Amino acid sequence: MNSQDRGNVGIVIVSHSPKIAEGAADMVRQMVGNAVPLAWTGGDVDGGLGTNVAGILEAIEAAWSPSGVAVLVDLGGAETNSEMAVEMLAEDRRARVVVCNAPVVEGAVIAATESSGGSSLAAVKRSAEEFYA
Amino acid sequence: MHDAHASRAGETSVPLTASAVLVNKVGLHARPSVKLTQCAKRFAAKIELALSGDGPWTDAKSPVKVMRVKAPQGATLHFRVTGPDGEVALAAVLALVHDGFGEA
Repeated sequence: MNSQDRGNVGIVIVSHSPKIAEGAADMVRQMVGNAVPLAWTGGDVDGGLGTNVAGILEAIEAAWSPSGVAVLVDLGGAETNSEMAVEMLAEDRRARVVVCNAPVVEGAVIAATESSGGSSLAAVKRSAEEFYA
Repeated sequence: MHDAHASRAGETSVPLTASAVLVNKVGLHARPSVKLTQCAKRFAAKIELALSGDGPWTDAKSPVKVMRVKAPQGATLHFRVTGPDGEVALAAVLALVHDGFGEA
């Protein structure tokens, strides 16, 4: 409720598979609605399975909100590339993007649910991470 | 439909309670849980739910916790609400359950 005037926290989905990323985004749209900025990215630059920093940066840009962006990732490289992408952001944006320690599909739905209620970035991250709590 | 025995409490510190039967086919699974938490978050009141009137109580604003309740179709959902807007909050969550979360 503290981010009402700045818009809802954005959600970014990063998977090695573009199909998983897109499918997870579909689930968020259908289950949570359109009140949350949302973007997904998946696959390496050659179109194979993997992730790439440029794609992640684009997704963060697409889902940008002054309230911040929560990134949901699947395995290894998705996380390290996401962290790299965050480091490449302008300094004033860097602190407003977090990578969540949560399962990518469930975490995305839960994070978006939390965000749709106007919660802060910290609350969105905490809620998504409840899956591993 | 079992909310007729809702107990009224004038003071905000005393929780309001009511219950309703889950009518939608899937029970309180992912989609209904999301709808319920979204609804609960619109209110300042503390909103909790349980499968029994004695608890254990679950925070209705936490989608993860609500899904973990795994309430099946036919289960009676008990609500306990505390706060200044508790009365409208309780009415709103009960309406949602009665309505089968729009997917009955």
